[in-house]
Amino acid sequence: MINAGLLQQLDKIVARYEDKQASLLPVLHALQEERGFISLDSEQDVADYLGIPVVQVHQVVSFYHLFHQAPIGQCHFSVCQTTACALRGSEKIIAHIKNRLGIKDGETTPDGKFSLSVVECLGACEIAPIMQYNKEYKGCLTIDEIDRLIKQNG
Amino acid sequence: MQKITSRHFGQENSHKLENYLKDEGYEAARKALTMTPAAVIDEVKKSNLRGLGGAGFPTGMKWSFINPTNSKPRYLVVNGDEGEPGTFKDKYLFEQDPHLFLEGVIITCFAIGSHKAYVYIRGEYLKSIERLQGAIDEAYRAGYLGKGILGSGFALDVVVHQGAGAYICGEETALLESLEGKKGFPRLKPPFPAVVGLFGCPTVINNVETMACVGPIILRGAEWFAKLGCEKNGGTRLFCISGHVNKPGVYELPNGTTLREMIYTHAGGILNGRTLKAVIPGGISAPILTPDQIDVKMDFDSLKAIGSMAGSGGIIVMDDTTDMVWAAMVAARFFAHESCGQCSPCREGSGWVYRNVKRIYDGEGRESDLKNLPGIINNIGGNTICAFGDAITMSVGSYVTKFRSEFESKIKQPLVTTH
Repeated sequence: MINAGLLQQLDKIVARYEDKQASLLPVLHALQEERGFISLDSEQDVADYLGIPVVQVHQVVSFYHLFHQAPIGQCHFSVCQTTACALRGSEKIIAHIKNRLGIKDGETTPDGKFSLSVVECLGACEIAPIMQYNKEYKGCLTIDEIDRLIKQNG
Repeated sequence: MQKITSRHFGQENSHKLENYLKDEGYEAARKALTMTPAAVIDEVKKSNLRGLGGAGFPTGMKWSFINPTNSKPRYLVVNGDEGEPGTFKDKYLFEQDPHLFLEGVIITCFAIGSHKAYVYIRGEYLKSIERLQGAIDEAYRAGYLGKGILGSGFALDVVVHQGAGAYICGEETALLESLEGKKGFPRLKPPFPAVVGLFGCPTVINNVETMACVGPIILRGAEWFAKLGCEKNGGTRLFCISGHVNKPGVYELPNGTTLREMIYTHAGGILNGRTLKAVIPGGISAPILTPDQIDVKMDFDSLKAIGSMAGSGGIIVMDDTTDMVWAAMVAARFFAHESCGQCSPCREGSGWVYRNVKRIYDGEGRESDLKNLPGIINNIGGNTICAFGDAITMSVGSYVTKFRSEFESKIKQPLVTTH
């Protein structure tokens, strides 16, 4: 069920588009913002709200990597592995995070605190190596900075 | 060096309307609204402005493909999905000069007769989204958007649309699919978007930086803009330089500036005094260049003439410590990760290429791997709906061709590298 507050927000989003279905991505963003991830029940809620088949919602949720199909950690490290970052040492940073937290790409620590996503280019190659830390871009990344964030939130 | 699209970068509160207005802000839109749409299109044609997303298609000509007798609504869709590795200029425009961008959008919509523009911004660019939305809100309040813009009869609404993390949505028809609330599968062309685009209506799709050039062209004239660049490629461009250079960043330089000047003069040369080994001149999809090729002029035609491409203007520099099999593996991994999966040659081929190159890099390569690689690579490009397949062929293929001896030596004598 979509609560009244969220419903109001979604109605505003839908109003911007000529076609109701076109609001699917922003509607999913708003829903994920509130619920943390998009469960199968949430997919059904969105399908009912927009009047489209649930399979269509599921296709979209699973196609785009910014939509999470399972809960993610409070601290989400999305570290870039593409060329400009790789040339500036992102592989070492990724290996360090895996090692420190004992998780692989796409996993969350058992206490629900940390998640790691190894991603492709984030469009900030001038400050490589880079990661998106929750909503914020962090550039010129060092192992010390990773350790600091883990300690601060551990 | 004259700066146009980056002239406000680094200034305090450059994103605010009050500061934009201090530097002839919205004067170009005011001027355009007194012209006829055909005259605006003609001016942009004469300026030799070419699409700065990567394809380099003449902008004025693209606008003129909209059939004026078609009675359906028309749309402008701006591609701000900026995902081509090595490219980060649109982010600067959104964050530091959103009104310059918005003014270009207003003029473009007036020229093509559109009353609704969608700006598709990649999902991770939250600050870009916030800044542009702020600028749009300011523009509505000040009468630059909405009904009766600047006292004219022209009306325009602009909507910011947040993407959700898929490289393929930078392909213009995949972007339209995504904007319609679907997964980003590129469409077959024809029909081209100018005929059947967003919601089945005539649509122009332009890059963010292209939009930022439109206002200055209208205000200062096509001739002025054309002269800033080189033949058939007018104006300046925001070049993004990253990798092994001392001063990575965005540099606004005339089209036709040499790659050598960009690397050694503007970006401060190679990191730690080392020497250049290879450079990608226009985003990861562009075939890689060797040091003997860097006197090339950086414009669409000159790079095409030497078998590469100007692409998105993203320059990635690699020094002499770079293992080129490793670099090829990183590129192949990117393509394997981002293939949308619609066409078999790309879906299967991208993974096959990656596994093959990785095996060679890991020291487990067989002679047959290197023998098969060109065949696999060359059977992707040209056999898919969109240019992503061509990008795999051009990009990964160029590493194998130009640095073949490194691949051979890895197979003959597997090495453990330090990357």
